[in-house]
Amino acid sequence: MALFQKTDGSGVLLLAPGDNIAVATSELPAGAVRDMGGRKVTLGTRVEVGHKFAVRTIEAGSRIVKYGAPIGIATRDIQPGEYVHTHNMASAYLPTYTLEEGRQFVKEAK
Amino acid sequence: MTTLSGYLRSDQRKGIRNNIAVAYLVECAHHVAREIVHPYRERGVNLIGFSGCYPNAYSHRMMERLCTHPNTGAALLISLGCEGFNKGALLEMIRRSGRPAQLIVIQDAGGTRSSIAEGQAWIEQTLDQLQATPRVSMELSELIVGTKCGGSDATSGLTANPAMGRAFDHLVLEKAACIFEETGELIGMENWMAERAATPELGQEIIKTVAKAARYYATLGHASFAPGNADGGLTTIEEKSLGAYAKSGQSLISGIIKPGDVPLAGGLYLMDMIPDGEVRFGFPNINDNAEVAEMIACGAHLVMFSTGRGSVVGSAISPIIKVCANPKTYERMSDDMDVDAGRILEGRATLDEVGREIYDLVVEVAGGRKTKSEALGHQEFVLTYKSFEPLGPACFPSAA
Repeated sequence: MALFQKTDGSGVLLLAPGDNIAVATSELPAGAVRDMGGRKVTLGTRVEVGHKFAVRTIEAGSRIVKYGAPIGIATRDIQPGEYVHTHNMASAYLPTYTLEEGRQFVKEAK
Repeated sequence: MTTLSGYLRSDQRKGIRNNIAVAYLVECAHHVAREIVHPYRERGVNLIGFSGCYPNAYSHRMMERLCTHPNTGAALLISLGCEGFNKGALLEMIRRSGRPAQLIVIQDAGGTRSSIAEGQAWIEQTLDQLQATPRVSMELSELIVGTKCGGSDATSGLTANPAMGRAFDHLVLEKAACIFEETGELIGMENWMAERAATPELGQEIIKTVAKAARYYATLGHASFAPGNADGGLTTIEEKSLGAYAKSGQSLISGIIKPGDVPLAGGLYLMDMIPDGEVRFGFPNINDNAEVAEMIACGAHLVMFSTGRGSVVGSAISPIIKVCANPKTYERMSDDMDVDAGRILEGRATLDEVGREIYDLVVEVAGGRKTKSEALGHQEFVLTYKSFEPLGPACFPSAA
């Protein structure tokens, strides 16, 4: 039961096969090409350790999926190899990632 | 099918260890209890206790569960004499379970020296008696396993936690009961967990449980997501919580339990460790071992524990399997680590392989193999004040 993609020392970790993003486990330069389950993905920008990039096309409004679980929503169309972070995705839960706004949200939710 | 050999208890539950619990019932009896245990600490004699002088329903129930845990074959209670703990009720409850049990009241026994002598004489005799505990075959479906992370770093959520989640998936398939917790670190994942719940009603309870945790921590001045998280590559609160959440694996969630509730059937359970009612008694859990003790009180025979920075803790009553997330930490602290999950980061193993390795180790430890922390003599234990309300019917859909 091979549910997970083997990392081959290429500095990329795909946590579950259905995931649409992968995590960099070493710093990856722009233009780096990685084989993601038979699909060649070219990185648009440098991706630092712990950061993530799209392994397939993600349409605006759809879920970003990591380890089989949704971690947010794409705020615009994302291309394979594109860096994924606060500029193109948002929480479906907390409309912010700053501490102060988060506190405000918790207060209002009470 | 894997078959183990368990120590049979009168309630038909089976233990993977045959320990004697020595429990102090107030801090004033701690030294005497520790001295009693010391010469026997490598022979399965474990020190547990409650420091508070004032009685508390939660801590009383925790002590009941731990003294009649399947891994506990006998219990020795050490009381100063004037503390508020209802020692008579605890002693009677343990004896009713069929276990050898004794109470030593230091004030009646004549002080420190005579209490230690009396306690050690009882331990000598009880160790012999426990040799006769019947051993019977035990299926994996009779096993209860907990999971915890502590001393986490950025690698925990990428390697050790998802690998432990894979081990949980294997165990749930074998119908073992698996417990995950840390609702305060699951904020943002509750809607997704609700989708994984056995019934829609349970899903609603999961959402409420996490909301309770969010309120509790907010009152204590904690907020979960900080800009520093975004610098490290975590974009949303969901993604941050995913790190802790990954320990749960991908099985259906069968129910919610509270500390001391023993799952009645196999499956995946969320332990709600946040006290009910207004915030009192301070932090829900003052350190990692508080939650470990709570899962053991839920019947956990052993606990898988992931760490990135390098925690060394073990536990009284039930062994801890240490899964090291960070390859550099493993290199430095391999004597304390049972599993090197950092291999995943270096491309030397897959999550699947490490998940399987953890599962195999769970089976071996259940079969008697000592974990690293167990062999090193770690017996950390802590129990503090809390208050809980009983569970609602929606929390146990399988029992309804």
